[in-house]
Amino acid sequence: MRPLYLLAFLPVIGFFGGLSFANRVEPYVLGLPFLFFWIILWVALTSVIMAVIYRFDPANKEEL
Amino acid sequence: MVVSLLIVGAFLLFSLFLGLRAKRGKDMDLEQWTVGGRGFGTMFVFLLMAGEIYTTFTFLGGSGWAYGKGGPALYILVYGTLAYVLSYWLLPPIWIYAKEKNLMSQSDFFVSKYKSPMLGVLVSLVGIAALIPYLVLQLKGLGIIVSEASYGAISPVISVWIGLITVTVYVMLSGIHGSAWTAVVKDLLILVMVVFLGIYLPIHYYGGFQPMFESIEAAKPGFLTLPDSGMSISWFISTIVLTVFGYYMWPHTFASAYTAQNAKVFKKNAFLMPLYSVVLIFVLFVGFAAILKVPGLEGADSDLSLFRLSIQTFDPWMIGLIGAAGLLTALVPGSMMLMAAATLFAKNVYKAAVPSATDQQVAKLAKYLVPVIALIAAFFTFNGGNTIVTLLLMGYSLVTQLFPALLFSLFRSRFVTKQGAMAGIIAGVFIVAYTTLAGTTIGGLFPVLPQAVKDLNVGIAALLFNLVFMLGVSIVTRSSDVNKAADEERTA
Repeated sequence: MRPLYLLAFLPVIGFFGGLSFANRVEPYVLGLPFLFFWIILWVALTSVIMAVIYRFDPANKEEL
Repeated sequence: MVVSLLIVGAFLLFSLFLGLRAKRGKDMDLEQWTVGGRGFGTMFVFLLMAGEIYTTFTFLGGSGWAYGKGGPALYILVYGTLAYVLSYWLLPPIWIYAKEKNLMSQSDFFVSKYKSPMLGVLVSLVGIAALIPYLVLQLKGLGIIVSEASYGAISPVISVWIGLITVTVYVMLSGIHGSAWTAVVKDLLILVMVVFLGIYLPIHYYGGFQPMFESIEAAKPGFLTLPDSGMSISWFISTIVLTVFGYYMWPHTFASAYTAQNAKVFKKNAFLMPLYSVVLIFVLFVGFAAILKVPGLEGADSDLSLFRLSIQTFDPWMIGLIGAAGLLTALVPGSMMLMAAATLFAKNVYKAAVPSATDQQVAKLAKYLVPVIALIAAFFTFNGGNTIVTLLLMGYSLVTQLFPALLFSLFRSRFVTKQGAMAGIIAGVFIVAYTTLAGTTIGGLFPVLPQAVKDLNVGIAALLFNLVFMLGVSIVTRSSDVNKAADEERTA
């Protein structure tokens, strides 16, 4: 288990851990109710996090 | 009306043409037919797997959920995203093992890992039982789409038959190559349509996103968040967890992982796919836009919200394009489900019963089973009534029961025995069937529990039973010969 892989837990924490305070309509962000903004933000962040893992995962170099 | 039908018809013919063209120059043995000769690169695997996300359930059901249920519909965005995170670690070992052992179907994987054709039969039956309601749902969606796009001129029954014949023909002729090529057309079309509708409708009717959400909040306070009970935070989390575990357990999704050229394809997809699922938010916007503009759609009719609002807003040619996009969202996953069910039955049930059958016979049987399974699905489509959604949820809970046995088979130390795997799956399936048919919830089973526990998805209970039986039976059956077999494989 590489420490880098621990990053993959961030989306889980973001989506689930944030719900108790993110489950609200106000404030609107980018015209979206806060809960909607929160979920979309984390979908985008998940993509970034997985790209970072992909980029720095030594396992991917070995296979080249 | 004629215009919209012509457009839908043109796309139908075009997808058939692509399907037939795709197989040219390829010798269609079972490996080419069902896993594309394991030659698909990042783009094709991406589209195939994305093709499975955008089923009619997301297109019609996603907007329908936003329309009928509000905030809880956001779970659709989350489960896909987390499933891709999981896929980074889950799919590469599956693909590597499948290539090494030349596997074709999901059940092959279980047969090979646990050295048990019987387990393969069980996994196949669970898979087929889960696929048929899913297929029925695609056909029902197809019926809605074509009949709405024809402004009611073509009855849903006839449109189901049209779609069924098309999908059967191209699955039989071109197999997975047809699905991949049609997925390309479908994804382009659906992306453009969904993004356009999701932006245009809120602006056209409300002047923007925030005014739209403000008027919904004013009309239905609390509708845009998760409620305190029922579809609450604990429902949201437990449903997502279950769906993430079940995501790759569908036989057709599992088998489409075999189509990749190499294992890195999945790792790349793991960061590309979440971006793709952001697009789902636009599907939800359509449903939200419809709430105040086409009010009064109850229950299953909420799935019509996207079409009803579009018909009220656009000219027929636009309805034709929406209809075409919807049609393709039913055809691609529908074809993959048909193919997966046929391959499972031919290879893992028939071949297990008649070991002397040759590969050619199995391949031929798989193809001839396609129309048979299509007809079974048609039968349930016309006779299933409103129990379909119940059946789909049951299908998801059923395939999720395969996850623990799969997971444990990937670990180096083989703790779980084949008997343990079978006992776990059977126990889980039994609980799923019981709770679905009896309509029980965790709150119904244990009324004294706190609300957060009551709202947990009932599938969690099935998964727990599954684990307990799997581990318990494994401890009992870990006889020396099983250990020896596992040790041999480890050293081999």
